[in-house]
Amino acid sequence: MSEHVVILGGGTGGSVLANGLAERLEPELAADEVRVTLLNDGPDHVYKPVWLYVPFGLREPEDGRRPLADLVDDRIDVREARVTGIDTDEKALTCRDSHRPVEYDHLVIATGSTLASGEVPGLEAGGHNYYSESGAEALREELLSFESGHLVLSVVGSPHMCPAAPLEFTFMADDWFRKRGLREDVEITYTYPIGRVHGNPHIAEWADPMFEERDIGVETFFNAESVDPEAGTITSMEGTELEYDLLVSIPPHRGVDVVAEADLGERGWVDVDKHTLEAEAAEDVYAIGDAATTGVPKAGSVAHYQAGVLAQRLASRIRGRPATATYDGKTLCFVETGMDAASFVEFDYETPPSPAPPSEKLHWSKLAYNESYWLTARGLL
Amino acid sequence: MTPQTDIEADATVDSRGAACPGPLMDLIGKMRDVDQGAVVRLLSDNEQSLGDVPEWAEEAGNDLVEVVEGDEHHEFYVEKA
Repeated sequence: MSEHVVILGGGTGGSVLANGLAERLEPELAADEVRVTLLNDGPDHVYKPVWLYVPFGLREPEDGRRPLADLVDDRIDVREARVTGIDTDEKALTCRDSHRPVEYDHLVIATGSTLASGEVPGLEAGGHNYYSESGAEALREELLSFESGHLVLSVVGSPHMCPAAPLEFTFMADDWFRKRGLREDVEITYTYPIGRVHGNPHIAEWADPMFEERDIGVETFFNAESVDPEAGTITSMEGTELEYDLLVSIPPHRGVDVVAEADLGERGWVDVDKHTLEAEAAEDVYAIGDAATTGVPKAGSVAHYQAGVLAQRLASRIRGRPATATYDGKTLCFVETGMDAASFVEFDYETPPSPAPPSEKLHWSKLAYNESYWLTARGLL
Repeated sequence: MTPQTDIEADATVDSRGAACPGPLMDLIGKMRDVDQGAVVRLLSDNEQSLGDVPEWAEEAGNDLVEVVEGDEHHEFYVEKA
């Protein structure tokens, strides 16, 4: 009987892990001693960083989609399935369109984030976002014709995907309106839930002067409680009300329901050991990427590095060797600071970020990486 | 050493191990759910919380009833106004 690894979710973490296991466990897969199954709820792999550029008319959502089967090694069994239950006692998954449970010896949860706009009354109707394909397209419709008024960028939920993206959108919008000669007619306000402009104090300190230099309004300690689409207002639980003409929000995030129902952590996130990525509430269950509560950002680079660590750990376990690889919190992010300049940060659990001076070279590096990302998904970069 | 206090909390948020701003955001999330007058206890081992939590409580008009500092983690008791 071969050992069965099941990966739930075909995003960055799931794809990189699947390809990593195909390489590391080549002899065992060839001998049918190990099987690796990747379950995804659709046919495509989605590269979400493309969405930041969609509202500005620079990219199309399709640029961030490719068939999962084209990216994942042939030795991996890629299946389209909607998992409806996780039983960590019986080590089995139930799927919507099948009566036969999927049994596993090792389960990796890589189910990512979902948006929960409905948690804030009025947000769905009154706010736009660029954190989904449909949201980015709808925002594009508004933004491309927005020539005057008050644009409010409100970070409503935290944690959220890509903690740099709210800063990026705000700085890009400022530069974009400025280059088109419209900035004097467009007021921009950025709101953040805590007492600075970013969760990480080092990044907040770096970004602060840019808000002032560019005349971007800032409201900190702003936790959106409700949005009134008719009146065009957003109100915080701290009692501040802002009028807007265009509201761009970072909606509250959750993990997926099936993970929440499995009692592996709160809100669909999985509580894990932040070094081994093993779930705290169940044996032989791991989580990577957005789904894992490790305290580092919900970002593609995190999922990528965690997948590399977990591929080593799983291969060691399957071969009966001690698993020694550990995740050190490594995170990399390019941060757009305008339409043609970007910064870069790198940090881990022990080393705080120190953002690089913005440059055109880093902006092109970001765009170049976005193009070469498909090599990452294939496990090559 | 475990922090000691006589205050009874209506709800507890355990954010030990979470990086900034996790603990404060966890507290804010819980404060959204509880009734007026309820006391929420936040457990955090992040030193930044010693600044973040009192600042937010004041800004939001909630009452920071007590902060109990410990060697391994701190406890914050916040009453919803």
